Amino acid sequence: MPLDPSLRSGGEDEPGGGLLSSAAVAPAPASGQDAFPGASAETPALGPWKLALRRLRRKRLALAFLALFVVLVLLCLLAPVYAADIAHTGPNQENIINTLSPQGIPIGPTLTSHYFFGADLNGRDLAVRLLYGGRNSLFIGAIATIIIIVFGTLFGLLCGYFRGVVDALLRPLMELIWSFPPVILGVAVGTALALGGIGPIKGNSLIVPALIIGVIYIPYLGKPIRGEVLRLREQDFVEAARVQGMGPWRIMLTEILPNVASTITVFIPLMLAYSILLESYLSFLGAGVQPPNASWGTLISDGLDYLDTAPHLALIPGAMLVLTVLSINVFGDAVRDALDPRATQHVKT
Amino acid sequence: MARFVVRRILSALALLFAVSVVVFGIFEIIPAYNPARAIAGRNASPTTVEEVSRKFGFDKPIYTQYLNTMKLIFTGQVIDYQDDLNVVDQFRERFGATLSLVIPAGLLWLVTAIVLGSISALKAGRLVDQGLMVLAIVGVSVPVFLLAFLLLYLLAFKTTIFPNTGYVGITVSPIQWAYHLILPWFSIAVLSVGFYSRILRSNLLDNINQDYVRTARAKGLPARQVFVRHVLRNSLMPIVTIFGLDFATLLGGAALVVETVFNIPGVGQYEAQAIGNLDVPPILVGSMLTAFFVVVFGALADLLYALLDPRVRLS
Repeated sequence: MPLDPSLRSGGEDEPGGGLLSSAAVAPAPASGQDAFPGASAETPALGPWKLALRRLRRKRLALAFLALFVVLVLLCLLAPVYAADIAHTGPNQENIINTLSPQGIPIGPTLTSHYFFGADLNGRDLAVRLLYGGRNSLFIGAIATIIIIVFGTLFGLLCGYFRGVVDALLRPLMELIWSFPPVILGVAVGTALALGGIGPIKGNSLIVPALIIGVIYIPYLGKPIRGEVLRLREQDFVEAARVQGMGPWRIMLTEILPNVASTITVFIPLMLAYSILLESYLSFLGAGVQPPNASWGTLISDGLDYLDTAPHLALIPGAMLVLTVLSINVFGDAVRDALDPRATQHVKT
Repeated sequence: MARFVVRRILSALALLFAVSVVVFGIFEIIPAYNPARAIAGRNASPTTVEEVSRKFGFDKPIYTQYLNTMKLIFTGQVIDYQDDLNVVDQFRERFGATLSLVIPAGLLWLVTAIVLGSISALKAGRLVDQGLMVLAIVGVSVPVFLLAFLLLYLLAFKTTIFPNTGYVGITVSPIQWAYHLILPWFSIAVLSVGFYSRILRSNLLDNINQDYVRTARAKGLPARQVFVRHVLRNSLMPIVTIFGLDFATLLGGAALVVETVFNIPGVGQYEAQAIGNLDVPPILVGSMLTAFFVVVFGALADLLYALLDPRVRLS
């Protein structure tokens, strides 16, 4: 399994060092501390967030994976630089003569600046496509996550606070999305939209899969937020705000929202990981990112048919995808534990 | 109880209606979608397309089309656009393969998740717990299609430990049936085991410090009995609900990725083909079937809930 070495290197003091040394570009490795400025500030009385941050700082494995994630993101963002200055090729530039054997089998990883990870079946540089594809995968994941967080929170707040008619209108909508399996709904809509686009958005735009994934996962956040708001709105501090004459919107934003913020925080990494994974499923079934654009999902699914002759085509993007999702999940898990320490406390039975 | 049943039936009907309208609507609002052209073929002349359009009723207003399609579905006469096959018959024929895939896989992941989640919670913070946590997170981080392909490549192609895809009916040969399905079962279960064992672990830890556990211990019950009969029983409920939903969607075709990779002729494979061809009737029937199972298993989960916890009343 390609995962084991990465797991071990993640536990060492130099986060992600093993991975970086094998990659061609080496941007300044982000250390765990950089990601949390202010965490070192020692104050006698700590708020819940500071406390959580403190707990998080103690989790070296999680911080190592965060660093790994930051490195992967930076690498993907620097894709054009890598393509222009190191690989001297573009993501769609074909060079069949030098990279394909007479039987049409592409060269494997060379580990030099040209064709670092080998070539694909059209003689394109896999490393370059990997970084460009990663950029697309991460972009889709990020946009989808923003959609989920904004609308999931909004729906949850509205349904939970106003109840009644608003709840009766919005909740069935969430139930409806909820009762479709994400992959089936996503693939159906994705295939359909890839043909014609929607409104001003073209069918092969990256916004299409991002939008679909975002909408599909809204209930995953909306439902728990709604439940929490239903409980919170009956509490004394909300009643006090109401008696003081605060309007519903102000109560929602200044009184209730801060109290569901930790739930939202827990969901951000979770939803990012889910979105990136779902994008790969959609692409595998032909409903995600459309050619000539690539994503990790399309690279993997294109490569799977050549596992025997050119295993690097599927395995390298696969390892990249799994590593990214894994690092988000490990870090997200630690965030959840830090915000809700009950989940990790030691118990005896 | 009667009210519970009536309410569930009503909500099931509402959901089925909503799902069918949404699926139908999605394909209607897509400008590039032209079923008549799809049926007539790429090189058909405009007159042929028009003829097909009239024959299938695509020239009628949308609500007439919707009503006609629903009538065809519920009388079992609806055919798909691609191969002129009866969709309801297809689902009926393929359902056995999906059941063979989903039921053992579901049992496998539920039992494994309960065992691993319990071990994790009982050894919380120790090495075993951390090891299982890492495994669980790896499990939820690997796309099922990648895992399935790698298993297939390594265990059925490179080494011939397992058969290279395909499906054998259980009535034909139970041993071959299981032999062909071990890798697919495993592929489906890995993701869910990771997910479920983590949820169960945190539920167990929530419950384990409750007062009633202390009371049970104080009255002298053995630790094992406290854990199994009290803590585990109370912690299983959220799992039961999610299991109902996941199992229902798998029955309705959500196993399409695994069915496609392992070439198992189940409903998911049919739906995947239909989706690729924008063939609306199978997608419509598949979605409605899924919604139906979601409601049924949701109700079953609630019933089980009430059985597990006498405080819960069905309403």
